Amino acid sequence: MTIIALTLSLCFVLFAVVLSRSFKLGLEKDVLIATLRATIQLLIIGYVLNFIFGLEQLWVVGLFLLLMITVASLNVSKKGKSVPYMTIKVFITLVIVEIVTQALLLGFNIIPATARYIIPISGMIIGNSMILGSLLVTRLRSEVTLRQREIILLLSLGGTPRQAIMPVLKSAVRSSMIPTIDGQKTLGLVQLPGMMTGQIIAGADPITAVRFQLLIVFTTMTSAIITSILLSLFIAPSLFNKQQQLQTEPLESSS
Amino acid sequence: MTLSHPSACAVQFQHITKSFAHANHTVTVLDRIDGDIKQGSITTLVGPSGSGKSTLLSLCNLLITPDTGQLYIQGKDIHSWPITELRRNVGIVFQDAPMVQGTALYNLQTAQRLHGIDIGNPETLMEQVGLSSSLLTQHVQDLSGGQKQRLALARTLANQPQILLLDEITSALDPSSVREVEQLLLEINRESRITLIWVTHQMEQAQRVGQETWFLMNGQLLEQRSTADFFAHPQTEEARQFIKGELQ
Ligand SMILES: Nc1ncnc2c1ncn2[C@@H]1O[C@H](COP(=O)(O)OP(=O)(O)OP(=O)(O)O)[C@@H](O)[C@H]1O
Ligand SMILES: [Mg+2]
Repeated sequence: MTIIALTLSLCFVLFAVVLSRSFKLGLEKDVLIATLRATIQLLIIGYVLNFIFGLEQLWVVGLFLLLMITVASLNVSKKGKSVPYMTIKVFITLVIVEIVTQALLLGFNIIPATARYIIPISGMIIGNSMILGSLLVTRLRSEVTLRQREIILLLSLGGTPRQAIMPVLKSAVRSSMIPTIDGQKTLGLVQLPGMMTGQIIAGADPITAVRFQLLIVFTTMTSAIITSILLSLFIAPSLFNKQQQLQTEPLESSS
Repeated sequence: MTLSHPSACAVQFQHITKSFAHANHTVTVLDRIDGDIKQGSITTLVGPSGSGKSTLLSLCNLLITPDTGQLYIQGKDIHSWPITELRRNVGIVFQDAPMVQGTALYNLQTAQRLHGIDIGNPETLMEQVGLSSSLLTQHVQDLSGGQKQRLALARTLANQPQILLLDEITSALDPSSVREVEQLLLEINRESRITLIWVTHQMEQAQRVGQETWFLMNGQLLEQRSTADFFAHPQTEEARQFIKGELQ
């Protein structure tokens, strides 16, 4: 696509602004800011990726991955601000997810060990894990609130904190996985996944695009479930004090 | 006041205080409680709503931590017990009969899942508390309030506690089931020397089952005497009014 064509596509933004103004929606400023941010961020990332692909240095790739994981960790930890060491817990979870998935992908030679493959695929995995992490914290919060009496009951019968929280952890993990699984069940029926769309438009043959998309689908399943289980296990101990009593404060919304 | 030797007591409170922090003030729920509960005895705990009865029970298995004072369970300071062992020894049946999601049988087997102890025949356990064994396969969501109360009792009994804390466990039962449960607990107390601390709102029940009675009001233990004595000759004006039903 030429620069001129891209510039012309700005007319869609203009259209949105005009509509917002005529219906007095008051969204003009937000639309413009969103457009500007998306443009700048994507352009920067485009040039950065170009640069990194050019270098083809493993440590630069590693550094870039760490940066992605840090941003994602900060994002998830907003959801559980009062959980002690929340950012670190999410960070460790995401590092493990990244290591496991890349070890499989590279170990089996599924993708070549080049920045061009590692970075975009990691981006999708980390992004997905980030969404899942936030979802898990939300679900855990509502499950713990809902089943608080059940947890206390198990403690009262001499159960360890781990035994008492386990049923609740399981259902939080299970329900955090539902959108991922449901989403994959309808994949391709209505909406083509963004990555596949991009590849097809960029000229790749649809079958090749599908192959890569499936790779992402399969990897996402694993990374999602690892994220959910690990993060719940990391958070669980902070829900109890020294006297093995349930503390709900760490999960309370911190808006 | 004379202090008996801790080991003769199932539970011994010494100057126990507990407050809860609210938005901008703290409320003292238990105020310098002193008292002994003898091994193998039945103590009924009475007092107006909000007087701190449930809180007092929850201190005994450390579901709530006392702010100050000493609390001895079977002669041992509560903080030197391994917590899970303490809670197995000091069983509690809650006012609201919380359930583990699943069937009645799954609930009965909780002790088995947590500690690997043999709970015996589930049908016998059900019959003991006057529940039909056909309920075993039912999901707890489908049980009535009274059925849940009885199941909760059976579930705690299956854990084989030495001390049993009962928090208004018959409030949702019909009169004949109330008597059945009372008989069962009196029998268990006689045969296994399990110490019972029994919170109740029904004065007749407190008299029927109690050997000792504690009267709690506004977080203070106003009376602790033999049950017969307490109901025949209450010493405080508050207790007199409470027994007559003028303080509810
Ligand atoms: N976790 C808690 N946080 C704050 N306040 C509490 C807490 N638990 C109990 N309280 C307060 O302590 C007081 C005593 O409560 P408790 O449940 O012990 O009373 P009770 O004698 O059992 O009453 P009832 O007969 O109605 O069951 C109440 O005012 C209650 O609001
Ligand atoms: Mg109560």
